[in-house]
Amino acid sequence: MNRVQSRLLQAPSVTLLLMWMVIPLGLTLYFSTIRYNLLYPDRTGFIGWSNYEFFYTDPAFWPAVVNTLLMVSGILTLTVVLGLAIAILIDQPFVGRGIVRVMLISPFFIMPTVNALVWKNMFMNPIYGLFASISAGLGFEPINWLSDWPLLSIVMMISWQWTPFAVLIFITSLQSQDQEQKEAALLDGAGFFSQLFNLTLPHLARPIAIVILIQLIFHLVIFAEILVTTGGGPGYQSTNLTYLIYSQALLGFDVGVASAGGVFAIILANIVAILLVRFIGKTLTVA
Amino acid sequence: MMMTDRQRELLKHRIRAALAWVIACLMFFPILWMILTSFKTELQAIAVPPLFFFEPTIENYVLIEERTDYLRYAWNSVVTSFGGTLLGMLIAIPSAYAMAFNPSRRTKDILLWMLSTKMLPAVGVMMPIYLICQKLGLLDTRVALIVIYALINLPVIMLILFNYFRDIPKEILEASQIDGTSTFNEIVQIVLPLAWGGIASTALLSIVLLWNEAFWSIVLTSADAGTLVALVASFSSPEGLFWAKLSAVSTLACAPIIVFGWVTQKQLVQGLTFGAVK
Repeated sequence: MNRVQSRLLQAPSVTLLLMWMVIPLGLTLYFSTIRYNLLYPDRTGFIGWSNYEFFYTDPAFWPAVVNTLLMVSGILTLTVVLGLAIAILIDQPFVGRGIVRVMLISPFFIMPTVNALVWKNMFMNPIYGLFASISAGLGFEPINWLSDWPLLSIVMMISWQWTPFAVLIFITSLQSQDQEQKEAALLDGAGFFSQLFNLTLPHLARPIAIVILIQLIFHLVIFAEILVTTGGGPGYQSTNLTYLIYSQALLGFDVGVASAGGVFAIILANIVAILLVRFIGKTLTVA
Repeated sequence: MMMTDRQRELLKHRIRAALAWVIACLMFFPILWMILTSFKTELQAIAVPPLFFFEPTIENYVLIEERTDYLRYAWNSVVTSFGGTLLGMLIAIPSAYAMAFNPSRRTKDILLWMLSTKMLPAVGVMMPIYLICQKLGLLDTRVALIVIYALINLPVIMLILFNYFRDIPKEILEASQIDGTSTFNEIVQIVLPLAWGGIASTALLSIVLLWNEAFWSIVLTSADAGTLVALVASFSSPEGLFWAKLSAVSTLACAPIIVFGWVTQKQLVQGLTFGAVK
């Protein structure tokens, strides 16, 4: 294989991805600067920053930003802490470890819409849901999860789905931990916590960073779970940036404003992506 | 009562194992509950207090087709996730092969750039893609989803295949090059058989990811090309308050992919972390 052949073979994937990136990105930037509403096709023309201003001054904008950050930080905290605890707990042989592992990671493969509807109906419904029955059994008033605690509810369902992801990454990484070092520490009389803080957690520092960055990429743009549970409400209480852009496009038919919102989302994701690409670059060996 | 060190260790071990089992059961419970509900009647499904023991009925599964048009959505899911995977693999295999066996100074940068396109938020490019599909008459078609699915998974497929191909000893290929085999034959007769396991599991991972894809399928499809994700989403409307029916649809929609997921754990870690955790 010579260099020309090699380039020819790489051309399709590189070209297609380049098109997939440049064309939509360019159009989004372009749309964001023109007047473009599907309901009023005759109103056109360059309007500069107006779409951005409109998006930015929408009463839902700041709530959406705050909700996006709250959701992401809630999910990250829950999944990383639970994921670490579970991974360390099952990082030793015991009866039925294989089955436990399979059960633990299963939620990750559930469709987002199924996840959201199972939790919404069968667990969080204030009358027929399991949680309501449990509170009634304990003598408490049932909580109306989705209307009183919409953000927390969504954080709970998504954390249920993504804790398995964290577990999976952490156990994979724990398997490569130096066992001799651990045994040596044990012989030296190091207790559980001393081992945890001096050996295990430092070993997991990188995987933890990766889990956080990858989840950021996914959770900054949570969509389906909001769509089928709260629809962004009540009010704007569970509207995140993605959902706000979606509703601008869908309810307002305003391509310009939705595109301006899209640019916000891209910038936000890019901050994370730059960090993540650096991390990946360190492990990627080519030759 | 005094315990020896050994006994204390054993007890600790048992407590940890028991705790692991309890947590695993709790995590799995929502899935179990969904499966149980799918075997209830609608009345049993909303019984207060919830029923753990009941006479199971398979009515929800028997009537699923006439109630929900399940097969059409399932077929759409199959066609789009398998089609997207196949198209992605066809584009990725030659490229990954060239990168692995003839790496240049820029190969790493190209791979990293490819991965970075995966991090572009879908909602950021929603409007152009929607309008392009509309112009081309591709709204609510499986073709649109297949193309988009191939493109969104291409970076991950490329990376995993690249890692597999890189591990093939170069001597084997060099021997064939002396024989004067064409590049096409080299891929089909030597690389594919050697990396077969890797290619199959990469495809499996791609199918799992596409099966559960929930942005483009909801935004771009409705009645004709709707996938199972979209079908389930339609249950969110108030009139969709049929939990037994929802559970049966959900169980059928998730079961095959959970099994795929179990099989493909290793590639999943590699694919989802872009190879950064080994």
